[in-house]
Amino acid sequence: MKARLFTVVGGMFLLTVCSKGDQGTVRAASPAPPPSDAASAQPAAAPSESLAVSPSQSGGTITGKIKFTGTPPRNASIDMSEEAACKAKYKTNPPAEETVVTGPAGALANVFVYVREGLPAGAKPQAPATPVVLDQDGCRYNPHVLGIMVGQGLEIRNSDPVLHNIKAIAKKNRPFNVSQPTAGMKTVRTFSAPEVMVNLECNVHGWMKAYVGVRPDPFYAVTGPDGGFSIKGLPPGTYTIEAWHEKFGTQTATVTVTGTESKTANFTFAAR
Amino acid sequence: MTSVAHATPGAHGGSGGAQHAPMGFWQKYIFSTDHKIIGIQFLFVSLFFLLVGGLLAMQIRWQVGFPGKPMPGGGILPESMIVNGVILPEYYIQLVTMHGTFMVFFAIMPLLVGVYANFLIPLKIGTHDMAFPRINMASFWLALLAGLIMTAGFFVPEGTSRAGWTMYAPLSARPDLSGATVGQMLWCVSIVVLGLSSVMGSVNYITTIINHRAPGMTWFRMPLSVWALFITAILAVLALPVLQGAAIMLLFDQTLGTHFFDPVAGGQALLWQHLFWFFGHPEVYILILPAMGMVSDIIANGSRKPIFGYHSMVFAIVGIAFLGWLVWGHHMFMSGMNPTLGSTFMVSTLLIAVPSAIKVFNWLGTMWRGNLRFHVPMLNAIAFVSMFTIGGLSGIFMAATPVDIPIHDTYFIVAHLHYVLFGGSLFALFAAIPFWYPKMFGRMMDERLGKIHFWLTFVTYNLVFFPMHNIGMGGQMRRLYDPTIYDFLKPQQPLNEFISIAAFALFAVQFIFAFNFVWSLKKGRKAPQNPWEDNGLEWSLPNPAPHGNWERVPNVYRGPYEFSAPEAGSADFLPQHVKLPTDRDPVPAVAPGTGH
Amino acid sequence: MSWWLPPAASTFAGPIDGLFLAILIITGIALVIVEVGLVTFVVRYRARPGRKAFYTHGSTRAEVIWTAIPAVTMVALGLVSNHYWVIMKGKNSVPANAYHVGVHAKQFEWRVTYGGPDGKLRTDDDFTVRNQLHIPVGQPVAVELTSEDVIHSFFVPEFRVKQDVVPGMHITAWFQATKTGEYEIGCAELCGMGHYKMRARVFVHTPEDFNAWMAQQAAGGTE
Repeated sequence: MKARLFTVVGGMFLLTVCSKGDQGTVRAASPAPPPSDAASAQPAAAPSESLAVSPSQSGGTITGKIKFTGTPPRNASIDMSEEAACKAKYKTNPPAEETVVTGPAGALANVFVYVREGLPAGAKPQAPATPVVLDQDGCRYNPHVLGIMVGQGLEIRNSDPVLHNIKAIAKKNRPFNVSQPTAGMKTVRTFSAPEVMVNLECNVHGWMKAYVGVRPDPFYAVTGPDGGFSIKGLPPGTYTIEAWHEKFGTQTATVTVTGTESKTANFTFAAR
Repeated sequence: MTSVAHATPGAHGGSGGAQHAPMGFWQKYIFSTDHKIIGIQFLFVSLFFLLVGGLLAMQIRWQVGFPGKPMPGGGILPESMIVNGVILPEYYIQLVTMHGTFMVFFAIMPLLVGVYANFLIPLKIGTHDMAFPRINMASFWLALLAGLIMTAGFFVPEGTSRAGWTMYAPLSARPDLSGATVGQMLWCVSIVVLGLSSVMGSVNYITTIINHRAPGMTWFRMPLSVWALFITAILAVLALPVLQGAAIMLLFDQTLGTHFFDPVAGGQALLWQHLFWFFGHPEVYILILPAMGMVSDIIANGSRKPIFGYHSMVFAIVGIAFLGWLVWGHHMFMSGMNPTLGSTFMVSTLLIAVPSAIKVFNWLGTMWRGNLRFHVPMLNAIAFVSMFTIGGLSGIFMAATPVDIPIHDTYFIVAHLHYVLFGGSLFALFAAIPFWYPKMFGRMMDERLGKIHFWLTFVTYNLVFFPMHNIGMGGQMRRLYDPTIYDFLKPQQPLNEFISIAAFALFAVQFIFAFNFVWSLKKGRKAPQNPWEDNGLEWSLPNPAPHGNWERVPNVYRGPYEFSAPEAGSADFLPQHVKLPTDRDPVPAVAPGTGH
Repeated sequence: MSWWLPPAASTFAGPIDGLFLAILIITGIALVIVEVGLVTFVVRYRARPGRKAFYTHGSTRAEVIWTAIPAVTMVALGLVSNHYWVIMKGKNSVPANAYHVGVHAKQFEWRVTYGGPDGKLRTDDDFTVRNQLHIPVGQPVAVELTSEDVIHSFFVPEFRVKQDVVPGMHITAWFQATKTGEYEIGCAELCGMGHYKMRARVFVHTPEDFNAWMAQQAAGGTE
């Protein structure tokens, strides 16, 4: 499914840091305090030192896998009969909702993982000039969950020859609602404040939903079909990382990074 | 600008013929309290807003006729409105909203009332100026301010309001549902300011007509234009405040957290509709009665005959105005209000057709056995009768409630409203503007250009709006960005294209009128004192009429339409102020405080 | 393309189209009288040298005639119209045996809730479908109209049915389809930027097909 290929948008940003593609690179581990378990939710510890916040080649990494235990609930199928142009794009694979997307061995995709606390205060990393692309294709948002930095452009494209409107429901950011009646249209929006999450919806196609995690720093990732995430370039410190899922809620973990090692934090979600 | 006020000795008005100190340019032409200057100011500003309304219409017709195709010239508009030349849906609904708003509030209403109530009333009843000249001046500047506030909506974030000129709540009350923020507030503020302007003008018109008629100018010797403007002013002073109140409530819903119209917190969506249409229906009579009045004057003049059934015509005006308060629910037959109200409002609506029919038959009766002169005002006035009849008759379809079910909120309604407002009111203005142009500017508009403009407008106008009846019967809803979304509408898309092309032609033709108007200001033939051989008091004055009008107001000896009267002798007209040997002077009415 | 009303597909179309035609004839006669009168007068009474207009202020008899005839016509029209209005929209007009469907309008789609196999709304077997109204032919159907946000309007041209959908109100409109087939619902009240795209389809089934569809929906369960 196309949607799954594009869910690791956070990795796009990390391309600027890593030599290889996505979450494959693992930094050398160094003796470090044991990683805390997924289920525990501990208050964040204050950072012990203040260093540059921009990710550096020599920064630490938090990586992990997110799983779902139990039988995942069925995603309702989407009847696109009333939008022939979109329905035509699903000749072999009928579309279904993307509320719970799982992979092999219970991997949970579309989980937004980010550093909630622990970074030195006051630092304002530069947002990349390259926009994050959100595509409306086959009456679906691609990707379904994405991360973006404050001030970074979100380029919304319409690849369908039908009307989509993109309504952003936000509390800390200025909401917007803009339409794209024909294919090929592009709109760029930016967010001025961190917010997890800004909900995007299309009012013409009520099943279309996307979630945007706006962060002031580049330390976030979205899990792909393998459930894996990797947040690189962290300065030494103790961090609270949060994993957000649209249906299963949030979980936190505390991880301390001292140098350039890679720490693991796994999360397990279960049906509520 | 052509001079209007001559500094001839003793020509300045005022109590007892006292002279003003000489006025500078600003006081004479800009901050003037002279009703004629104020009327001319309204004329220039309103013609400008008429152009704005027309430009908005052109964009609407581009999108409806050629949905999704890049619009020529679209590149000058920002990305919030047009992307790659394609009008966006959120801009389209701003266009339909602003087209209606500008045309109703800033073009037609001020052209009929702001211009002609101001210009004609003192001249036609025989007095120096309005009862409250400074309030009159304020009414113009407030109208201009309101127009500027409304225009500002295009330049604020998210653009203008976009819930249709009818501004139904809760769409209009909820920025999160409409997308309009500051622009919606500006609409409300503008309307409140405009209402103030209207009320100020109206108190002038009413007071002046009641108190300052010249000796001998009894109620039933007043021209129908004055009767119509009088009744219109009463409608305005009672109706506009209702709209102002509703607009303030809407503004509070958006800004202060009230919920008058939002059911989410106990408000009522239908409340807006009742308030709006309680104003809105008298408003449409405000938009037609002055037109009818002026058309009556012009048809009598062009036919060289008295108006047929003058008293019936007066009673018809009063009847239309009175019944006009009782029909507002016919805009709400489908609204979900109690269906019994559908029955009652149907009765009142069907009844109001009767006085309008009376007027049409009386215009026909006026032309019957007349000696018809087809000057440009007469041509346009005859076209008014022809097209107002179509517009009025189409109203009967929607008055019959079961038939309203399929045609409500379709292009059938759009056809109806344009037949009465354009085919009616605007053609009446195309008659009135050249007719009283010599009185305003001392020159004549070009007759040949006027006739070319008339014929081309008449033809293209009908090509645009008559087929809209069929488009509506076919089911095309109003305010639709792209009709081809619907299979049942696709077959009539060629007709939509045809209408759009005819509309572009109709708009282009109006430049003939605009050119004629502007060119004639300086180059028009100098007007004789009474170029139309008319009976009105205004033609006893030089062209252009001087400040203060008469040094001594004239006496009135007869009614306004004594064309071809036997007493007239070889002439076929007999002005109201001309004293025949058999006439006796009227007993002068003592106007309180002013004297003459 | 057709210059007339769309093909009729409900029991309302007969009376409504008939009334439309009657009004067209009446107004047509009035229009012809006025327009032919205008053209005749324009030609016959144009100014020529030596002619004079006929000086008269009117005729009371004429006023009475052309007041009475329109007035009587309007009253008659009102009586006939009201008769059908009460049937179609009256407070107690929804037939007792009507099949009820919930239609919830929101920016910019129609959410149709069916009572499911037990045929009753607001029971456990209800299900909701986007933008598709399935109804049986030849049976009264009552749509219970609610709105999520702003005023919309439920309009099916071939059925001659239209009813505004108002937030805060629960309005039931009824009609009876007479022909099987596919029709379209359009939103007939400006409801925002997606107003033009608020299209749904109506499927009028034979009773057998309708039951089959209902069974399939109850089993399959699409969104």
